[in-house]
Amino acid sequence: MSEVKFSKEHEWITLEGDVATIGITKHATEMLGDIVFAELPEKGSNVEKDGTAGVVESTKAASDVYTPVSGEVVDTNQAIVDDPSKINEDPEGSAWFFKLKMKDQSEMDSLMNKEEYDKFAKESAS
Amino acid sequence: MLHNSQKDFLKRHIGPSDEDQNKMLKELNYKSLDDLIKSTVPEKIQLKDELNIGESNSEYEALRKLKAISKKNQIYSNFIGMGYYGTYTPYVILRNILENPGWYTSYTPYQPEVAQGRLEMLLNFQQMIVDFTGMDIANASLLDEGTAAAEAMGLSHRLNKKDSNLVFVSENCHPQTIDVIQTRAEPMGLKVLVGNEDEVLDQLKEDLVCGILQYPGTLGDIKDPSEAISKIHKKNGKAILACDLLALAKLKTPRELGADIAVGSSQRFGIPMGYGGPHAAFFATKDEYKRSMPGRIVGVSVDRHGNKAYRLSLQTREQHIRRDKATSNICTAQALLAIVSAAYAIYHGPDGIKTIAERVSQLAKNFADKLKQSGYEIYSDHFFDTVTIVTKDKTDQIYKNALDQKVNIRRVNSEMLAVSFDEKKNVYRVNQLLKIFNAAESIKKEDPTVSLPNLPKNLLRTSKYLEHPVFNSYHSETEMLRYLKKLEDKDIALNRTMIALGSCTMKLNATAEMIPISWRELAEPHPFVPIEQMEGYRDLFTDLKNWLRSITGFSGVSLQPNAGAQGEYAGLMVIRKYHLDRGEENRNICLIPSSAHGTNPASAQMVGMKVVVVDCDKEGNVDFEDLKKKAEMHSENLGALMVTYPSTHGVFEEKITDICELIHKHGGQVYMDGANLNALVGIARPGNFGPDVCHINLHKTFCIPHGGGGPGMGPIACKRHLQVYLPNHPVVKDCGPATGIGAVSAAPWGSSSILSISWMYIKMMGSEGLKLATQIAILNANYIAHRLKDHYPILYKGSNGNVAHECIIDIRSIKTETGITEEDIAKRLIDYGFHAPTMSWPVAGTMMIEPTESESLSELDRFCDTLISIKSEIDMIKSGKFDKVDNPIKNAPHTDIELASDEWSHKYSREQAAYPAKFLKANKFWPPVARVDNVYGDKNIFCTCPSMDEFKEDAA
Repeated sequence: MSEVKFSKEHEWITLEGDVATIGITKHATEMLGDIVFAELPEKGSNVEKDGTAGVVESTKAASDVYTPVSGEVVDTNQAIVDDPSKINEDPEGSAWFFKLKMKDQSEMDSLMNKEEYDKFAKESAS
Repeated sequence: MLHNSQKDFLKRHIGPSDEDQNKMLKELNYKSLDDLIKSTVPEKIQLKDELNIGESNSEYEALRKLKAISKKNQIYSNFIGMGYYGTYTPYVILRNILENPGWYTSYTPYQPEVAQGRLEMLLNFQQMIVDFTGMDIANASLLDEGTAAAEAMGLSHRLNKKDSNLVFVSENCHPQTIDVIQTRAEPMGLKVLVGNEDEVLDQLKEDLVCGILQYPGTLGDIKDPSEAISKIHKKNGKAILACDLLALAKLKTPRELGADIAVGSSQRFGIPMGYGGPHAAFFATKDEYKRSMPGRIVGVSVDRHGNKAYRLSLQTREQHIRRDKATSNICTAQALLAIVSAAYAIYHGPDGIKTIAERVSQLAKNFADKLKQSGYEIYSDHFFDTVTIVTKDKTDQIYKNALDQKVNIRRVNSEMLAVSFDEKKNVYRVNQLLKIFNAAESIKKEDPTVSLPNLPKNLLRTSKYLEHPVFNSYHSETEMLRYLKKLEDKDIALNRTMIALGSCTMKLNATAEMIPISWRELAEPHPFVPIEQMEGYRDLFTDLKNWLRSITGFSGVSLQPNAGAQGEYAGLMVIRKYHLDRGEENRNICLIPSSAHGTNPASAQMVGMKVVVVDCDKEGNVDFEDLKKKAEMHSENLGALMVTYPSTHGVFEEKITDICELIHKHGGQVYMDGANLNALVGIARPGNFGPDVCHINLHKTFCIPHGGGGPGMGPIACKRHLQVYLPNHPVVKDCGPATGIGAVSAAPWGSSSILSISWMYIKMMGSEGLKLATQIAILNANYIAHRLKDHYPILYKGSNGNVAHECIIDIRSIKTETGITEEDIAKRLIDYGFHAPTMSWPVAGTMMIEPTESESLSELDRFCDTLISIKSEIDMIKSGKFDKVDNPIKNAPHTDIELASDEWSHKYSREQAAYPAKFLKANKFWPPVARVDNVYGDKNIFCTCPSMDEFKEDAA
């Protein structure tokens, strides 16, 4: 399992073989507040890097979820659709959003590591 | 003496007395109002001349003059139909809702704790629509049937997974619906095919986005739509039924027939035709599409004590949050009228509605029978209320006979006439019509037995409706009166306190302004009567347009858009056509400042424009360098800039003329959002300082009351070069230029009847009064900023340290230091009896305050004292005197039941909770619920009336 990486849109991504797992960061959930709804991309659909791949809604905000890399969606996490509060509980673990089969693994290179992301998140919050 | 009374209304409309004005000016260090304005408004744009409105008029003079104008309207007996029908507004509803400031001066229910009354009525409306249509969920109204159908097309398009871009519209739909859909579809990249569903659907080679059918058809015919619906489904399209609410009392529901969405108007449930409006349209659909529904939706949640409480659900779909990804640009809808139609259903109950429907249909049937006996050919054997007759070469003669008798019927074409019956018609009218048609016999008397073979047997409704107790409990007038009063008492409206919502301009809605809408000359006309009969309305429109020309400095005016967002859509469509006509269809980039109202990007995307956001600098103004960069980058494709002036931050940006010049240099047009016009009237003219087109919110600057979320009116005004593109109408051809963009509203002049409100206001104020109003609006806002500045940081000021007509107070550092948010302060304001100002917009973590010119110095002081008192409570939290969590602000608002309970477990006193200020002892408003749980509400979507059992539990 690769180290976890982060995008500017506050998604995290890990890679195992050629399958990537993607979710939203704790920082994102703090910005959104209590999440009441999540919509995931369709299994089998193809998504492009930085394209939209779902929606999260809280009572005061609705945000698109972007995919940091391109690929084919191979699995989605129905558990967070059934109970969106799970996203607030464990956003960077069990409340992953979707998994996709990556086409071009070099897309991971341009993403931030944890240290870089924490710094980025702190700055963008001010 | 006469001379003084002429200007009497100015004193009544404007809050602060002359003495108080001087006091405030002195505190702000200005010698006069003129000095304040000179110092606040950029010199470059200050008007040097006066408005061309005329003298002020007293209330009596103005009413006398408008009465004389309205008497030029000839009121005929009307049978035109086409979506508009005669109906009786029960007097108890007329006086206690439509003519009652407790209902019509309230704001959109964003603070649910002080809006439970109207939230309940809107929920009743939703329940009523769900019952009649058979659908799972309905919203709390849209602007009219035509735009509701277009919104249904929008929903279908958003959810469309295929590549299709074809929309089918039945030729049986009302012509205005077809036009509104065609106008909307084009910029969305959708092709519209209008035709006969029985012929066209089988021939289709491609998939459909959606198919729209009318049930019953515009000529009254009732065809079973289920076959057409399944054909639409076979082509992967959504099936949309535009339907008649009264007919649904007798016919199978759209849901039972397989439709996905049902739309229509609730006008015939007690709302006057008003020469086109205002009326509430409905939109109902299946549960699976609820997150894609346009408009506001009322839902049921709980308050922090677990008691049932209503609120607006799923707000994150709306424009103020989703912006260009919103489900619609709609903001102001038709809340007050939705409430009236729900009250009508409550008043009549299911049996009453059924009786009305049967009576109407019986009249139509009797009429058709007698005509058939006389040898006429009736277009369709199956109809509800509308009979279309094939009159061939007798058409013109019969039509003229009717006019001679002061009767309006529908001339379908050179061979056919149609007649629609409604609640107001009786045997006398049937016989009058039979004479007009030279029929051999008449109807002797009204037969009490009802037999309706004109309704197709296989489409007769068997399912029940209006079963909820609310529709079966208030049938005596006393019960109805008390129910309405009970609900009214739960709400805070302008008849209680100032509602200083930034950008909403909640000024006085004077009674004199509200009187004419109830006159039959203004309330009764059908929008499609021959225009020769409506000379009164023509004069009213002419006056209003001329005044708006003088105020804005623009030459073209269209009164058709019936909300601000509609005006934005229309104005952008005009700009789009302007570019298309010059062969520049590539100009589809719309620059929008990040501080813009959510309707701006939502409207831009409706018009097929691509939104590019422009930054604001740290002073809150449009970042000129960023604008320059983006204008240059997109120079070839620049379509428009949308700008609000003064800015949404309440500042007269100095660079506005430079901004407009920059856009023009790069080939774009400037759209000005007129929401802040209350700071400009008589002082500056948009037509002079750069914009090409703007909308005007008549329900803000020009006194149409907010109604709890509508009605509104959003006319647009534009420069000469754009005039040729203003909206027009398929039925009333001369309401706009033939080269125009098409219809944006179902009615040619939008919600015509409420234009009388703005007419009255402008007539009474005159040039002098309008300018004075603007000056006082600016004075009042600066006074508030001055009183609060030592307690809350004032965010964003103009170059001389002044604000325009509103100011923003910054709560962010309070939040960081104490955890108290602007939402907490909003709820604490309720304990003091106030409605909160605008929350977290345009800047998150702030509150925007717009007092308007109508508030007196004592009310401004009371509000400032309250906010200062709350600040001292916050300081006590900071210093530890109040607990960080168990304090009166976090627990606000407090209910009377809480206070009176034997248990009081808080660390502060009851008096501190509910009577934190002395003035409350004389006048206390008790919120009926405590703080409403928003998360619970959005997680558990419940948008129809709760069962009565659930109420019994609460009472226990």
